[in-house]
Amino acid sequence: MIKKVRERLDGNSFLLMITILLFIALYIAGVLIFSDKNFGKPQVFFNLFINNASLIVAAVGMTMVLITGGIDISIGSVIGMSCMMLAWMMEKQGMNPVVSIVIVLIVGGVFGLVQGFFVAYLKIQPFIVTLAGMFFARGMTAVISSDMISITNETFLKIANSKIYLPFLAIVNKKGNLVYPYIYPSVVIAVVILIVAFIVLRYTAFGRSIYAVGGNEQSALLMGLNVRRTKLKVYVLNGFLAGLAGFVFCLNSCGGFVEQARGFEMEAIASSVIGGTLLTGGVGSVVGSLFGVLIKGTIESLITFQGTLSSWWTKIVIAALLCFFIILQSIFAKLKDKKK
Amino acid sequence: MSKTQEIVKKITGYHLFWPLFCLVIVLLFNLIKTPTFFDITIQNGVLYGYLIDVLNRSSELIILAVGMTLVVAASGGTDISVGAVSAFAGAVCIFALGTGETYQIPYIFGVLLAVLIGALCGAWNGFLVAKMKIQPMVATLILFTAGRGIAQLITGGNILYVKVDSFKRLGAFLPGVPIPTPIFIAVIVVIVTSLILKKTALGLYIQSVGINAKAAKLVGLNATVIQFLSYVFCGLCAGIAGLIITSRIYSIDANNAGLNIELDAILAVALGGNSLGGGKFSIAGSVIGAITIQALTTSLYAMKVTADQLPVYKAIVVIIIVALQSPELKKWMKHMRVKNSTQNVERVVEQ
Amino acid sequence: MGEQELLSMRNISKNFPGVKALSHVDFTLRSGEIHALMGENGAGKSTLIKVLTGVEEFETGEIRIAGISRPIVNKSPQEAQLNGISTVYQEVNLCPNLSVAENIFVGRAPRKRGHIDWKRMNQKAREMLGGLNIQIDVTKALENYSVAIQQMVAIARAVDVSAKVLILDEPTASLDEQEVQKLFGVMRQLKSQGVGIIFVTHFLEQVYEVCDCITVLRNGALVGEYRVEELPRVQLVAKMMGKDFDDLATIKKEKTLDKEEAKEVIVKAKQLGCMGKIKPFDLTIHKGEVIGLSGLLGSGRSELARTLYGADKADAGNLEVKANKLHMSMPLQAMKAGMAFCPENRKDEGIIADLSVRENIIIALQAKKGVFKLLSKKEQEAFTDRYIDLLQIKTAHRDVPIKQLSGGNQQKVILGRWLLTQPDFLILDEPTRGIDIGTKTEIQKLVVKLASEGMSVMFISSEIEEMLRTCNRMAILRDGQKVGELEEYELSEENIMKAIAGGGANE
Repeated sequence: MIKKVRERLDGNSFLLMITILLFIALYIAGVLIFSDKNFGKPQVFFNLFINNASLIVAAVGMTMVLITGGIDISIGSVIGMSCMMLAWMMEKQGMNPVVSIVIVLIVGGVFGLVQGFFVAYLKIQPFIVTLAGMFFARGMTAVISSDMISITNETFLKIANSKIYLPFLAIVNKKGNLVYPYIYPSVVIAVVILIVAFIVLRYTAFGRSIYAVGGNEQSALLMGLNVRRTKLKVYVLNGFLAGLAGFVFCLNSCGGFVEQARGFEMEAIASSVIGGTLLTGGVGSVVGSLFGVLIKGTIESLITFQGTLSSWWTKIVIAALLCFFIILQSIFAKLKDKKK
Repeated sequence: MSKTQEIVKKITGYHLFWPLFCLVIVLLFNLIKTPTFFDITIQNGVLYGYLIDVLNRSSELIILAVGMTLVVAASGGTDISVGAVSAFAGAVCIFALGTGETYQIPYIFGVLLAVLIGALCGAWNGFLVAKMKIQPMVATLILFTAGRGIAQLITGGNILYVKVDSFKRLGAFLPGVPIPTPIFIAVIVVIVTSLILKKTALGLYIQSVGINAKAAKLVGLNATVIQFLSYVFCGLCAGIAGLIITSRIYSIDANNAGLNIELDAILAVALGGNSLGGGKFSIAGSVIGAITIQALTTSLYAMKVTADQLPVYKAIVVIIIVALQSPELKKWMKHMRVKNSTQNVERVVEQ
Repeated sequence: MGEQELLSMRNISKNFPGVKALSHVDFTLRSGEIHALMGENGAGKSTLIKVLTGVEEFETGEIRIAGISRPIVNKSPQEAQLNGISTVYQEVNLCPNLSVAENIFVGRAPRKRGHIDWKRMNQKAREMLGGLNIQIDVTKALENYSVAIQQMVAIARAVDVSAKVLILDEPTASLDEQEVQKLFGVMRQLKSQGVGIIFVTHFLEQVYEVCDCITVLRNGALVGEYRVEELPRVQLVAKMMGKDFDDLATIKKEKTLDKEEAKEVIVKAKQLGCMGKIKPFDLTIHKGEVIGLSGLLGSGRSELARTLYGADKADAGNLEVKANKLHMSMPLQAMKAGMAFCPENRKDEGIIADLSVRENIIIALQAKKGVFKLLSKKEQEAFTDRYIDLLQIKTAHRDVPIKQLSGGNQQKVILGRWLLTQPDFLILDEPTRGIDIGTKTEIQKLVVKLASEGMSVMFISSEIEEMLRTCNRMAILRDGQKVGELEEYELSEENIMKAIAGGGANE
């Protein structure tokens, strides 16, 4: 039986399984340890999504870039810039929220297009290209406004704060009323993006060529795939998703300031790596990245619930997990080499 | 004609030509904008002026760039953890020295501790890269994430201040010396590194491993050990840089000390004409690169660009420089030139 | 037999700068035929394949393929595929991270309502592989399977994309006996379906086992096309090496025997082996002796040398150097024991491209001395100048990057690098490949001179004349195994070829 399971699972799905099991273990641990504080409440679970909606969107884009064997460290800055643009356009220019959002998404896509051109067509290392992108976007944020802008636009706030109650998993509160768990529109966006990305990666020729390019660029070329265009498309898509992640981020923060979402790219990369994505390319899944994000979120919740532990423990625990997964991946890679 | 062309070719072919060229452009720009840029005066017994300021402020960047150069040369990858390691080392140092009226332990031990922490972090990175064969960026991502967390753990999340006056000397002035101490430290690090590379075969080994690891192994070099050592050294540099950073503000803010300095250090290496793919390297180039970045920063400040808008200009400089180095772009340009010249020939024939 | 012509290449010529890679070569492939393309290094096999598949352009001649009325010119492998010509290389050109089924269908997957229809794709893949008698789980990633299976997946893809002409470029080099048999099964299956297969290999046994026809090339020219049953093995080797067998038989050994005194043993290997590379072998090398390693490419000659030097770690047997047991885990130990090794692949493993001639020459000595005993600039320059002078290396200056030198001069620099370490035992793996005649002769003379001065040399080459000129003794390798030795008095082209071909009198 066990042998059969092991036969079915190759190294990569095994890594994904470890990630999922780890998430479940962490969550159950939380439920047991903090049963007095109601960790088991469904809302706690949905809060994971509420708090990390924009990270999910960003991690989806990052995962695609990483699968091609590239990297994009500009997304934190692009998210910061997007928030600032939204706030500035709506507050200082009195623009319509919908128009503002569309503009932000287009700017994100164009940003990705430029970076993708440098990476795919000029063959400059993605790290350096997106490093420049990171500087540029962060600087532009400050050019737009170095002061914080809070959003007061009513339509926008209404979208941001409208609770969507879920028609299941209701619990009875102290007063004896039925309480349904709720989410915000940001979660809907994140989940939709996740599903769409999953389908694209698995069921479209474009999605499969992303994997092919990351698996072996030379072979992909020989198989008749257009490697450069595939890469360009991925960077454009990632830029667009960074813009969207910015919008989702803004739904949460309802404002823009220069230092917003600093270091977000590394959180996205870490989530992807924990979710089983290899930075050498070719391997990864958005489902894995979702669990990477959820693990990070769970650790944060655990630390919050614990109450006395400080926030920096999140960083340390995440790094320890990252270390664990990276070494595990390296061992798997070595085993694979040996088998040949 | 051909003679001058030859001379021009010789000058532009010199490996430090482009880095120096960039630096001179930036300095000239400064001179035009701020005529007093090169003035150095003595106020309160210490040197004062833009130029001194540039050198002073670029010190920790120079030190990090030196370490980064070796890492890039030996492993063809970058160490993105140096900023976090600096903060970590600084936090440990201040924590050990204490925040009382006097030091808890002798000052020198605090300094040694910081350097040791840096070297240990480097050893960890080196182990992952050289022994476990993990991509440098991924391997150093671990300490990048954890470094500041551990530093905050040590400081308890607070900004720790050192009250003893002598702590400031490392980041400011030694009594009776008119030149800022960081400049001395940077110069010492550069000289010692250069001496080690010149007087032992290490420089040759690092280049060989970085250029062709297979061939290096066959001539009897231990690529693993050489890569490992380069990371240890880079960590050590990060420890020293952490000391300067904390001493400048005689405090440690684990969240912000040395923030994003790793990116500047990588940029300095690239600006110095070193390939980020590894191999041949020039410490002098990286030093020039670091000074260029600081000079650019200082001059933009002088032009009333605010600190948070600065990255825009930096980004433009980076993209111009790397685009110029892109072989693909060179291919295109060559293609265009050939096209043009054949068109010219055709025109001549027509005439 | 007597099937229709599937592919014909007529009068194909191709020049590389300074080299005639192909001159007026003809090649014909019929449907339902397995056709071996044979020749030693530089014979032009791979150039011919590259021309056919559109990787390289050709200058004269024409290629015709059945079903297309005009001559075809392929500009890229993709275009060749469209014209019905597919290639499967030794290093499989597939994506290891994708599933088996996907690798067969990437870029042309079956769809349902715009989406990839995985069910149908897997089904089709299973059928296709089943047709080749391969039952595997097509949903697992390709990297989980052996190279042999990967190759068959590549073949399945190739045949499905364009089923006319299939080129197998050294497919068996990394397969074991069982896997080879499986591959042959697939090849016969395809043959019965009318596919024409071009089989490029160095393994003689395999040619005789599976092929119908053999085309031999030498130095870029066609030697001839033969039916397998009409060409005995020894004659095939003779054709590849460029000697008419009847002529060979008349050449008499004229060398005088050396003094038979007991010579000092320098290197002694007992059952030394490296899994998957070279089967365990015994070998003794004496002082002042040039020992040749002979065998076709892929026979294990380089692997034997690498195992001796510790470049590949031996996992069986033991090695004595000057009567001291050596447990080697890295080349530095071999160097300290007095060995030196010029690898076969100069560009990948020999030169350190961006470093100067001087640095390339002193690097081995420097590594041997250790990091703290840096050779002074003066010493470095003196050493460099000595070897530039001694080996007549043509370079503008000693500080020019080695990558700017010609191949022959790069080789001399590497020779100089090792001579500087004053080794007792020098291994030269194809030291004369790809360099001009003049330099070749110089290197051969140098080898003889070094040996007369007491150095032991191991000389590996694909050219028999060269080996005869330099070697005192020869070890013969075939299919990853040392199969015999020839003493000095036995050395003749005839004997060597017989030994290489196997099944001859020397077995």
